[in-house]
Amino acid sequence: MAILVVAEHDQHKLRPATLCVVTAAMRIGGEITLLVAGKDCSAVAQAAARVPGVKRVLHADAPHYEHGLAEDLAPLIVRAAASMTHVLAPATTFGKNVLPRVAALLDVAQISDVMRVESADTFVRPIYAGNALATVQSSDAIKVLTVRATGFDAAPDAGGNAAVEALEAAPPSGLSTFERQELTKSERPELTAAKIIVSGGRGVGSAENFKIIDALADRLGAAVGASRAAVDAGFVPNDYQVGQTGKIVAPDLYIAIGISGAIQHLAGMKDSKVIVAINKDPEAPIFEVADYGLVADLFQAVPELTAALDKPA
Amino acid sequence: MKIIVAVKRVVDYNVKVRVKSDGTGVETANVKMSMNPFDEIALEEALRMKEAGIATEILAVSCGTAACQETLRTALAFGADRAILAESNTELQPLAVAKLLAAIVKKEAPGMVILGKQAIDDDCNQTGQMLAALLGWPQGAFASKLAHEGGKLAVTREVDGGLETLRLSMPAVVTADLRLNEPRYVTLPNIMKAKKKPLDVLKPDALGVDVAPRLATLKVDEPPTRKAGIKVPDAKTLVDKLRNEAKVIS
Repeated sequence: MAILVVAEHDQHKLRPATLCVVTAAMRIGGEITLLVAGKDCSAVAQAAARVPGVKRVLHADAPHYEHGLAEDLAPLIVRAAASMTHVLAPATTFGKNVLPRVAALLDVAQISDVMRVESADTFVRPIYAGNALATVQSSDAIKVLTVRATGFDAAPDAGGNAAVEALEAAPPSGLSTFERQELTKSERPELTAAKIIVSGGRGVGSAENFKIIDALADRLGAAVGASRAAVDAGFVPNDYQVGQTGKIVAPDLYIAIGISGAIQHLAGMKDSKVIVAINKDPEAPIFEVADYGLVADLFQAVPELTAALDKPA
Repeated sequence: MKIIVAVKRVVDYNVKVRVKSDGTGVETANVKMSMNPFDEIALEEALRMKEAGIATEILAVSCGTAACQETLRTALAFGADRAILAESNTELQPLAVAKLLAAIVKKEAPGMVILGKQAIDDDCNQTGQMLAALLGWPQGAFASKLAHEGGKLAVTREVDGGLETLRLSMPAVVTADLRLNEPRYVTLPNIMKAKKKPLDVLKPDALGVDVAPRLATLKVDEPPTRKAGIKVPDAKTLVDKLRNEAKVIS
């Protein structure tokens, strides 16, 4: 087995999801090569070389790799994949954008959002918003997979000593150019990697009211999430959305506040270790998956909860 | 410019699906089916581009069994001008659908193809990207805003940290995210009119596409169910339980 892992990074650091993909690669078993493509990103290549279990790092550096454009990255990955049996990337917006393009260029199927490795050719993935788990077997020569980060522990980021090799860049595709980005700035932990998440839904009522969610999150050192209803109503930015089409999270503690618990939201959080629901409707479906439920008005219960946390055990 | 919109017939998003007891799949007999919600958004965007004078013709395409004609009639009732069904009784996986769409694109020569970002049944999120690869076109995946400027397409995409805007050369492939627009409602007169609009049926052989599945589904299981939890009377008890029973906070 020869496994290529496409690293996701921000030109300075590996994204945590990449380390989860390395663990998935180790479950498959075989020689692991990490591909780091970007602009002035040798620090990332060096960091990748320190991940235990990684045998080799391929480092491609060119200005047109800076923003992870699929049109430029896909041909590079295809070239690196020629001698591989598997190509893996995290099932983030980065991996979901680039990898299907790679699979089609290789004329192979792609397996999305793999949450379990059964063997080198057999994988488990969720379908129908996580309401069924499909075990699929690939007959393709090269298996192309995106990996659900919450399904695998992160590999350590130190202790390894892989060789770094330069990979020649391909010329720019000229098909697409990056214009600008508007990233949400936050001091809080990243949603997909947070140990605790406090999420608000339609019941919170307004962007202003989200402050009580923020206050609870800050008290817990938690990330803030949201349901689609809260995003569509403009209470919070879209990248807060947890669910089938937003982010998939599995923290130790997920606190759902004013969220009814539609199928599409549950798909994004039902693998959390402990789920707490605060909702004034005792019939809300969220209570069917919650370990602890509090039927109460959130405007009273959430500040009380924040206050109760300050009292010693 | 002609725009092709790809639409898929899926189990309605409100249905709580049941896994078949023999583990071969999900029960779809006698279950409400409808157009994949992301495809409705893709179609709405194409219609708006026609209303803005950017597009001249909207062609709706679906791939699957004869029952998909119903979905295409819905697309025509929304306002698509004509429809094509690539009819096959084989299970069509994203690579096969992308190849069928690519073959139709080569015949029809549209300026743009819009798809939903993912189907809510297989949750693959692959077809648009694969189609772009097969055509050698740029892709704007997970689009929440489109602007057609000077022969190029400015696509604002929903990415993990926020939004990013790319400029694509045309022709291009775009996949729609939830926030691209709010689809319109279909009216009864438009449903009646849609019955008279052209709907062609093609076979994969005629398009020269091999649709054989590459992935075998060995089994489909129910996900593990969560144990029923408890209700607590107040916030103080909740904190106590989280600290001392679940031990998830300190």
